[in-house]
Amino acid sequence: MTDPLRPADHADADEAGITQPALGVVGWLRWGWRQLTSMRTALVLLLLLAIAAVPGSLVPQRSADPNGVRQYFVDNPDLAPVLDNLSLFDVYTSPWFSAIYILLFISLVGCVIPRTKHHYKAMRAQPPRTPARLSRLEAHRSEILESQDDTDAAATAAAAIEAAQQQLRKAGYRVARYDTAKALSVSAERGYLRETGNLVFHASLVGVLLAVGIGGGFTYTGQTVIIEGRTWVNTMLDYTSFNPGRFVDEEALQPYALTLDDFSLSYVTPGQQGAGQAGDFVAHLTTQFPDADASQGEVRVNHPLEIAGDRVYLMGNGYAPSITIRDADGEVVFSEPVPFLPQDNNMTSQGVVKVPDGLRDQVGLVGFFYPTAQELTNGAFTSVYGDLEYPMLTFWVYSGDLGINDGVPRSVYTLDPSEMTQLAGGDSGVDSLELKPGETVDLPDGLGTITFENEAPDGAAGFQDSVKRYVSLSIHRDASATWVLVFAVLALAGLLAALFVPRRRMWVKATTQGHTVHLEYAGLARGEDPSLDAAVEQFAQRHLASLADPSRLDSRTAQDPVADNGRVRDSNPESTPDVD
Amino acid sequence: MPDATPLTLDDVSVLLVWTAIAIYALAFVAYAVDLARRGAVAVDEKDAAAKGAGVRQRELVNAGGASSRAGIVEQLRAQEAASEEALKAPVGRRARLVWARIGTSLTVLGFLFHLGADVTRGIAAGRVPWSNMYEFALTGTLLIVAVYLGVLFRYDLRFLGTFITGLVVVLLGGTAIWFYTDIVPLMDPLKSVWLVIHVFVASLATALFALAFGLSVLQLMQARRERRVAIAARAHDDAGNAETDAGARAAAPAKTGPAFLQTLPSADALESLAYRFAILGFIFWTFTLIAGSIWANDAWGRYWGFDTKEVWTFVIWVLYAGYIHARATRGWRGARSAWLSIIGFTAVIFNFTIVNMFFKGLHAYSGLS
Ligand code: HEM
Repeated sequence: MTDPLRPADHADADEAGITQPALGVVGWLRWGWRQLTSMRTALVLLLLLAIAAVPGSLVPQRSADPNGVRQYFVDNPDLAPVLDNLSLFDVYTSPWFSAIYILLFISLVGCVIPRTKHHYKAMRAQPPRTPARLSRLEAHRSEILESQDDTDAAATAAAAIEAAQQQLRKAGYRVARYDTAKALSVSAERGYLRETGNLVFHASLVGVLLAVGIGGGFTYTGQTVIIEGRTWVNTMLDYTSFNPGRFVDEEALQPYALTLDDFSLSYVTPGQQGAGQAGDFVAHLTTQFPDADASQGEVRVNHPLEIAGDRVYLMGNGYAPSITIRDADGEVVFSEPVPFLPQDNNMTSQGVVKVPDGLRDQVGLVGFFYPTAQELTNGAFTSVYGDLEYPMLTFWVYSGDLGINDGVPRSVYTLDPSEMTQLAGGDSGVDSLELKPGETVDLPDGLGTITFENEAPDGAAGFQDSVKRYVSLSIHRDASATWVLVFAVLALAGLLAALFVPRRRMWVKATTQGHTVHLEYAGLARGEDPSLDAAVEQFAQRHLASLADPSRLDSRTAQDPVADNGRVRDSNPESTPDVD
Repeated sequence: MPDATPLTLDDVSVLLVWTAIAIYALAFVAYAVDLARRGAVAVDEKDAAAKGAGVRQRELVNAGGASSRAGIVEQLRAQEAASEEALKAPVGRRARLVWARIGTSLTVLGFLFHLGADVTRGIAAGRVPWSNMYEFALTGTLLIVAVYLGVLFRYDLRFLGTFITGLVVVLLGGTAIWFYTDIVPLMDPLKSVWLVIHVFVASLATALFALAFGLSVLQLMQARRERRVAIAARAHDDAGNAETDAGARAAAPAKTGPAFLQTLPSADALESLAYRFAILGFIFWTFTLIAGSIWANDAWGRYWGFDTKEVWTFVIWVLYAGYIHARATRGWRGARSAWLSIIGFTAVIFNFTIVNMFFKGLHAYSGLS
């Protein structure tokens, strides 16, 4: 009795494992396929998958932590290339990891398809013939009913089986009668949902994998930075980086524009626990579609902005000091806010200004920005608070070749000084430049001047709003996420059914002997079923009670079957005292 | 100075934590005494039975070396049946194990203090008390005890009391010593309903896995004992057939592990109980995985990115899927599958401690520095 179909090495299967194949290619292929779709293989592959996933948490991964990988190469110059050859920086796309999960899923499909066919048939089949000796089953009850004479006994038996059949059907069992000359019986089976759940669960895992795999091709993520007051347009030109899936058409991005009106946040004030911690970040945006009115939107952490099927995430924020550089004649050669990258919790930030044209030489400045500057004992500065209490900007100045004319893209956040001479700061012998908002100082060597513009409205007290903020946003289009979620939820639902719906068979048999009727109840668990015994017991109780008083068949459903134990059990139907 | 600073609510919470730890430690002692006494009682009973059986055995042997082996195995089966009955006995009809009762009463008392600590911490912080590592541990251990006490209404699992209270004393003690963090406002990414759901359900799953783990360990010990009893029985049989005296010597108790095992359910019964807790835990873990992905999709812009914590959540999920499979695979049911349950829970603890503290990743919310 091994339906539902199980792999041959399932614990419930009664074949003696997988036998050696008959010689011949087909024989071997069939044998191999049976190996691959066996429970043992599935189990081994599952365990391998678990083990194979671990290294990805020990070694930084290019997908999750590219900087970590770079650092790893710096820290372990000998080891890193070896690990790289083993794909240990790309574990989850590595050949060996892929091999494991692909084999697992082939095994899964090979397992699920025949079982689905089989299950489909099983759901249509009659419950199995009543076993000859019910008393050999694990859950079994029996009962003797006395009648006045033989005819009466036959009628009692027929009525009992009829009632049992009804009762079983009501309880959700599929039933079939198997009557012989000697005995009447009803055979019943329930819990097909268990197998359905199992199949839905496994099939949904395939669904998840396909949704991730196929959906990934239509997914893209792009990053950008918007400074307060500026507008960003959703075209390739405006992205700082863009990772498209295979089937993404880069020319067909949704046409919209985002303007950062304001970036607001709050700080835990000094004197409180967690002082200086920033939070409640909100990017207030104006969104604009062509030929439509502008509307307002917000992006917060945990609350991306949904726009035209894209989702816009707030990934970071920082200060973008506005800098103006003039040449020796006072002509403006550079004037814009420059995003500085935060380096610590108090927003000490680093940034680079490159002036390729307009001055005598190409000039590069490496700067630090301190929203609340404090001088350390060694003369260096640090920021002690994230908000603009006492902002200060310092610069080292280089002149020479910026190295940006050769067409190789360079990060706007780093400067390569190898072809340049240092004119101020560091070991140059000239003090680094120091500026507060609104101040202008001379560049060294008579190159010109530099101004740290104060962006605060005229007449504002203090330094609030003196420096613009920027946000870094991540724009995603993920066609697969919804499907992944649908399949994941299906899998969970299937799992619930597969693990908690009891699948069992139940038989009730009435054997007449003279004027006595021998009633037997038996149950058989198909799979894990801790409550089988109780179920058979309860069924017998209700059945016997309904024989005593047929009108109670329905009304007793909610009653505790154990409460009136004994009283019903060993009495004959005619003389059963009223239990209510 | 000391009497000048009033106690803050958080200080009260810490005091309650330490009180709870002390009470759990006492409960642990009581439960340990209970196990020792169960063992002693079992040995006494066996001796008494052996005296009676000895006479009969000699008769049987004299009558032609009949089945004394069957006798020993029968005795084992009878013990098993009795302890399975006891396992499922309703609360009112349980064995009067005085020390186990003391243990349970103390556990309940410790739980109340522990609950008080958790609630006061939550009130002091003004949010759910599972937002950093200290608080997860506080709530997670609370749930372990809650699930254990809840299960006691259904099954007499008091033999797991030493394990549960011992585990909680170690975890909660370690938490109070190493993980304590001041209350600070939540970081933005944690301001989400998913914090409430995802972390709570994960803790619940952990509690269920802990029970499954305890049962799996006992299952292995019990299986070993059963094997040894069977071997002893066979040896006794062989020897008994050869010579009565030698038979008696061979029947002298072989080493079968701690005596209290004789009062516990059979390895099979422990296994199916462990399985039931594990599948419940697995369901919750699956939910944790899904809820976490939904949250990650809102917070980080992708539902899955193999961040270290995600990796470990996945590894644990796959390990327990493996465990469930193993139970259904011929040759793996029994001891081998039990090992998977043990490895699974080890991974859970590893994920909670080592991964949180030392692995770099986006889930940087331990609050430890
Ligand atoms: C992605 C890999 C897999 C995972 C995560 C997985 C997970 C599970 C889980 C959680 C269960 C228990 C719930 C239930 O009964 O439905 C289960 C049961 C089962 N799985 Fe899988 N499975 C995987 C692959 C496979 C494969 C490849 C096979 C075929 C060899 C298979 C065959 C079965 C069978 C027959 C059961 C029922 C066990 C029983 O009778 O209790 N599974 N699986």
